Amino acid sequence: MNARTLDPAHHLIEKEPYYEAVGDEIQLFEAAWRQQIPVLLKGPTGCGKTRFMEHMAWRLKRPLITVSCHDDLTASDLVGRYLVKAGETVWVDGPLTRAVRAGGICYLDEVVEARKDTMVVIHPLADDRRTLPMEKLGLEVEAPPEFCLAISYNPGYQSVLKDLKQSTRQRFVALEFDYPSAELERRIVATESGVSEAVADSLVRFAQMTRNLKGSGLEEGASTRLLVHAGKLIADGVSPVTACKSAVAQAVTDDADMLKAIQELSSSIF
Amino acid sequence: MAQPPLTASEIEASLHVWLETEFTYFKVEQLAAELEPLTRDEQDFILGWIRRIASTHITLAWQFGRRAPALLPRMERRLLEAWAVHTCDVFDRTGLQNALRVMEQVDTFDEVQHRHDAAGALFDDIAPVLGNFVCGLSGRRLRIEEGDAAWTDGERIVLPPLIAALPNLDDNFQLAKITVALLWAQTRFGTLRIDHAAIAARYTDPERALTRLYALETLRLTARIARELPGLHRQMQRLRALLDPPLPPDWQRFEAVLAAGQTTIDDSLALLDAAYDEAECPQWRDQGCLRPDAIAAARAARLDKEKARLRIKLAELLEEHRGAQPNPQATAETPPELDVTPRDENGLLDFDITLDDAPIAPPEGVKQLLTSVYLDFGEIPPEYLVPAGDGEYDPHRVFDQPEDPDAVWQGTYHEKGAVLYPEWDHGRQHYRKNWCVMREKTVTPVHDSFYRDTLDKYAGVVKHLRRKFEALRDENRLDKRQTQGDEVDLDALIEALADAKDGREMSDRLFVRLHRAERNIAVAFLVDMSGSTKGWINEAEREALILLCEALELLGDRYAIYGFSGTTRKRCELFRIKTFDEPYGDEVKARIAGIRPQEYTRMGFALRHMTKLLNQVEAKTRVLITLSDGRPDDYFDVYRGQYGIEDTRMALLEAARTGIHPFCITLDRDARDYLPHMYGAARYVILDDVRQLPVKVTDIYRRITT
Repeated sequence: MNARTLDPAHHLIEKEPYYEAVGDEIQLFEAAWRQQIPVLLKGPTGCGKTRFMEHMAWRLKRPLITVSCHDDLTASDLVGRYLVKAGETVWVDGPLTRAVRAGGICYLDEVVEARKDTMVVIHPLADDRRTLPMEKLGLEVEAPPEFCLAISYNPGYQSVLKDLKQSTRQRFVALEFDYPSAELERRIVATESGVSEAVADSLVRFAQMTRNLKGSGLEEGASTRLLVHAGKLIADGVSPVTACKSAVAQAVTDDADMLKAIQELSSSIF
Repeated sequence: MAQPPLTASEIEASLHVWLETEFTYFKVEQLAAELEPLTRDEQDFILGWIRRIASTHITLAWQFGRRAPALLPRMERRLLEAWAVHTCDVFDRTGLQNALRVMEQVDTFDEVQHRHDAAGALFDDIAPVLGNFVCGLSGRRLRIEEGDAAWTDGERIVLPPLIAALPNLDDNFQLAKITVALLWAQTRFGTLRIDHAAIAARYTDPERALTRLYALETLRLTARIARELPGLHRQMQRLRALLDPPLPPDWQRFEAVLAAGQTTIDDSLALLDAAYDEAECPQWRDQGCLRPDAIAAARAARLDKEKARLRIKLAELLEEHRGAQPNPQATAETPPELDVTPRDENGLLDFDITLDDAPIAPPEGVKQLLTSVYLDFGEIPPEYLVPAGDGEYDPHRVFDQPEDPDAVWQGTYHEKGAVLYPEWDHGRQHYRKNWCVMREKTVTPVHDSFYRDTLDKYAGVVKHLRRKFEALRDENRLDKRQTQGDEVDLDALIEALADAKDGREMSDRLFVRLHRAERNIAVAFLVDMSGSTKGWINEAEREALILLCEALELLGDRYAIYGFSGTTRKRCELFRIKTFDEPYGDEVKARIAGIRPQEYTRMGFALRHMTKLLNQVEAKTRVLITLSDGRPDDYFDVYRGQYGIEDTRMALLEAARTGIHPFCITLDRDARDYLPHMYGAARYVILDDVRQLPVKVTDIYRRITT
């Protein structure tokens, strides 16, 4: 069987991605998009930032191009580069350029992971100029009104090395994400994984316990995403304690004592 | 093949040496005779421990020897060991009298009562797990501590050294966990909110009233746990069926009443009269015991402190909020109305805070205080919500302050505010827990011409250094002829096209790539500031540090410099000269100039502390370099000699285990005999001539980091 290959610049999300609004983030995003202001999503891992972007892309009927940033990402990786093909040099657009040309949404995930000098290329796109200079071509591409730039980062990483520069962050409208409220999270887990309300409730309470441990041995508590994973395993017939161990405990820590403590917490609940 | 047992005279000879009978006059002959009939394995076990304990205190070793042969057949070796180590710990903490008392307790060791000890859950094994466990449950953060029995005062949960009611380890652990959960529930569901002593005083037999109240509460909390933690409750039912007799019929009636949802302590109090009249009173193995005095003391100390803290925090919160408002005058007319609604539902405890009916998000610290206050009262009393006025409280009294290290040393020694580090006791083959009392201090800066003089003196070296280290500095450069890259390498492309025209194979290395080099090294220097460095060595050390800093600034490596010294374990001092975050400025230069010889060379604690600091720095490579003038030593202490060498070795091993690269530079010319062993985990160099130090040290650094 061949996997389907999609061209993200022209691919629209057809089915509505499931998303439960926590506050007024949908209205805010839509307003920012209409007003052509770039958006910064803040929040811990697995709380629904990427899902929110998919949902918004679907809602606004724009293609979504996601770039996961890493510390080797160069400006050419975003903008494009010359390649040599059959004895000639050919220009190939990078994902950011493609998004600008297609009037799509470009989502730079975990933007702090990228090198600071790389991030500077997005600056002209992120203010009222809304242009993408392509130095090697000697061109500037002007972004159409539908184009939207969104970046995400997790302020929980308390590393001084991984912080957004003020000159970058002060160009964005910031939307803060956190874990949803218990009731909402219960609904999300139940809908996404197909477990019963009661199991979802226990999973959410378990997640709360691991979040209590944040700062005293755990870097992060269990995210909503992990709960959904655990829920899916449970719905597939795995026992809840095993599911919590594999999907949650092992995912959040390697420390033996902490692992055991988290397992004891899950076996206390189920 | 089993070795033949030792004879009485062989044993006697060893005992004479270990127990120093020449001075102590212990009669070892009988002990030797008792040990003779044992197998070699058993002899080795007991003699080994006598030798190890003797390194701590000879009397303890003698007492251990007198008891051990009789205990061996009826006591697990694991327990005998735990007992021996525990005795030594007690000796470390509270002295010989208490340690002897612990020794004696073993005489009352009852075989029947302890028949499951072999499978018992030892406190040291379960505490880390249960500590995290209880932290995960909601509510106030409770600490787990070791003590004589299982009880709680609302701030800590105390567990006995060993829980061994059942024949297998897993079940005993489960029992410990259930006990912890029940004790946690006392704080969480309000058992500790009442004044136990006052309630008991209403009855003719207060003791009887208290046990019955405690039993009612256990029933009530069991029901709450059944709802909150059903998995734990199932285990609880299973273990109770094994351990405890069934509930008397009248008590079943109480159980039914208390099983209703959302019961409070008042429900238990309402039943107390009836329960008081009951002849029987059930007790469960998992329930722990009630210590009204400890509860009242902890509560009294907590209430005022938390009230003050909460009110100050709220005032800060309000201030912040007001600052954010566009028009501060408009709100100042009427006092702002703060309202807090606790939501305690479905096992989760949360607070909605509103300011003039607009919700605000409380910071984590405020939430924790609110939680703690709520647990004490079952509500947030209105007077707790009045933000503190200006100057109403002295924040120095309300919040824990870092102690001034010099003030604390004066008078009788205090361990308050200090960091405690363990130390490896070679003789005992065990750590001495919380043995070293360590404090960080700052070197008093001396603003003199030392820095300039050093640079002048070593002008040639500095010039040379610059050249060498600049060459070392890894800079961004363009790598040509790469298979992948950001740009086309025109030279390579033209060549390749020419090749292609020629009919030769075309190279695929046609790109240039920017090579970004990052030297990601963090290095900590630990400098010997002991008294023995006085004179030449001290001067050489300071000069070496200046040159090092010059070199490191060129390289851009992150570095910290600390000096160490100490007098006995109670006064271990680490002197800050430069922290990782500090820039190399005049202040740091003056501190280097101000390094003066202090006292002795106790090294273990310093290495352990630096290991901790280094591990907090994010870097690919971490290096810990010590600069010392000789073997570890301390004032009138066993630290001199083997003990100190072994502790230092252990601390270096610990550092290496966390991924740090330790490296030692020493000036001790006689060091060759002990160094290979002490620096087992570390690499080292010996400098014969002190005067070489400043010149050599940068060279050494260059060598070990490239």
